[in-house]
Amino acid sequence: MDSAGILKLQHIAQELRRDIVRMIGAAGSGHPGGSLSAADLVSALYFHALVFDPKNPDWSGRDYFFLSKGHVCPVQYAAMARAGFFPREELLTLRRMGSRLQGHPDMRKLPGIEVSAGSLGQGLSVSVGVAAGLRMDGLPNKVYCLLGDGELDEGQVWEAAMSAAHYNLSNLCALVDRNGLQIDGPTGEVMELEPLADKWRAFGWRVIELDGHDLGQIVNALDEFKSFSGNQPTVLIARTVKGKGVSFMENKADWHGKAPGAEEVRRALAELGCPS
Amino acid sequence: MNELRLNPAMKLSEKLFSGIEMLPSRDGYGHGLVALGERNPNVVVLGADLTASVRADWFAKRFPGRFLEVGIAEQNMVGIAAGLSLVGKIPFVATYGVFSTGRAWDQLRVSVCYPSLNVKVASAHGGISVGADGATHQALEDLAVTRTLPNMNVVVPADAVEGKKATVSAGEMAGPFVLRFGREKVPVVTTEETPFRVGRAETFCFGDEVSIVACGAMVYEALVAARQLRAEGIDSRVINLHTIKPIDEKTLVSAARETGAVVCAEEHQIMGGMGSAVCEVLARHCPVPVELVGVLDRFGESGEPNELMEKFGLTSREIVNAVKKVLVRKGGQK
Repeated sequence: MDSAGILKLQHIAQELRRDIVRMIGAAGSGHPGGSLSAADLVSALYFHALVFDPKNPDWSGRDYFFLSKGHVCPVQYAAMARAGFFPREELLTLRRMGSRLQGHPDMRKLPGIEVSAGSLGQGLSVSVGVAAGLRMDGLPNKVYCLLGDGELDEGQVWEAAMSAAHYNLSNLCALVDRNGLQIDGPTGEVMELEPLADKWRAFGWRVIELDGHDLGQIVNALDEFKSFSGNQPTVLIARTVKGKGVSFMENKADWHGKAPGAEEVRRALAELGCPS
Repeated sequence: MNELRLNPAMKLSEKLFSGIEMLPSRDGYGHGLVALGERNPNVVVLGADLTASVRADWFAKRFPGRFLEVGIAEQNMVGIAAGLSLVGKIPFVATYGVFSTGRAWDQLRVSVCYPSLNVKVASAHGGISVGADGATHQALEDLAVTRTLPNMNVVVPADAVEGKKATVSAGEMAGPFVLRFGREKVPVVTTEETPFRVGRAETFCFGDEVSIVACGAMVYEALVAARQLRAEGIDSRVINLHTIKPIDEKTLVSAARETGAVVCAEEHQIMGGMGSAVCEVLARHCPVPVELVGVLDRFGESGEPNELMEKFGLTSREIVNAVKKVLVRKGGQK
């Protein structure tokens, strides 16, 4: 991808961040920290890597994207709206009664959500099932799964990791949003995950470590996954900053699941390049 | 006078009380999977290191390309099944009921029932009759914990023949299912000709004084109890309530209205099981005296299956006693 393409993805990521702040601010609840940390990854997924048709979300030729850390759905909703799955005005209905934009994603309400999610640790197993099913039918579609690093505390993630390598699911790419913070504090204090890359390698995965806010690196890693001809699943361990882009939210566990007030929304949007 | 008034439309085994054939209901799961596999290439089966125990090996040998071994990882197995269903497969997962419905309950709730995916879960080795393995392996809560999940269908076949029909039906119907099977050989009450439809209870035996509602292996015990009661001059109706959810309200309410007293019998905790489901219906539509036969709020233990059924009160004798008790209450109401 050329530098203009990268620049465009960067702009989209900032736009997603602005939408995240507006949505969660309007809802009065939600999870800004992990949504903001994942914005560059999601920008690259929806506007570079994934093959899909927003007018026909069930198109059989599409790639599959699973948001295992369902609580950061604002970033996915923002990307989906921008990609044309639904009107952007609808973003401000997040978490409201009757909204298709549930507090955690619901596939039965919002077309384009591949599976309902919210209980942590389950998305990778579902992704393994999809990848295995595609493989059984000899289909070329790719499967992507975004996980939080705190989520890796769940044992089921490692059951799924083991099985993905066992079945040689090279059509599966996991992305770990390694922002280093979870609700109770730094991941290393809550439950040590390191040596994380070695763990995935030991489970039979091909590991790509990268800066999760460097879109050039993200795009390269996703391209590398797509063209990989071996038989291992791929995991991108993306070092990120929780709350990225909003100075007062950055690296603060407190902003995991707290909505900004009106004044904080204004300050955040100003920092994200939106004066009003 | 002393003969049971069996429902001829049910085409039950002709050897009901003399040399009845014995088979484990899990055999029905195995046969059902193979039958489905032949008909539909989208049927896939997952195993969790207990593939032969649950009879899924019959399918695995026949259709190796459609069998996935997941290892001892029930939560992952249920999640993978959810994923397979998203790409058009019809996945069947099976392991001991304590694990498939207990250990993987949150996965059933969030990854299967909430999105209402086409995943079929066998709760194998259900009930106390698992025997010597003891309390940890005796699923006595599986019906309670799965019937409370929205979108879930819950079926408890009475025997191996009905087990096959239930498996095939689940594979042909959309949505999540729990199918409960037993490990031990039990009397094969039904025949190929016995009607079976998910959601419809069947009246196996006519009677006007009391209704006995049973599921699983307790259906046969209910018939034995009805026979003994008949000899004592008590006319009891026997209903095979194989589908706990969606429950057949019409048949249950008619039975309660026409007989005025109900006894429920199941190889499960009394709390939250089939009997509770029946009471939820009757309390709203036709409150009559009900007695519940089942396991009373305790864990199982090791022993021979028949010893355990005896000790935990899961016999025709307990049903007879419950009928006499409920008839006293019914009389007192008049």
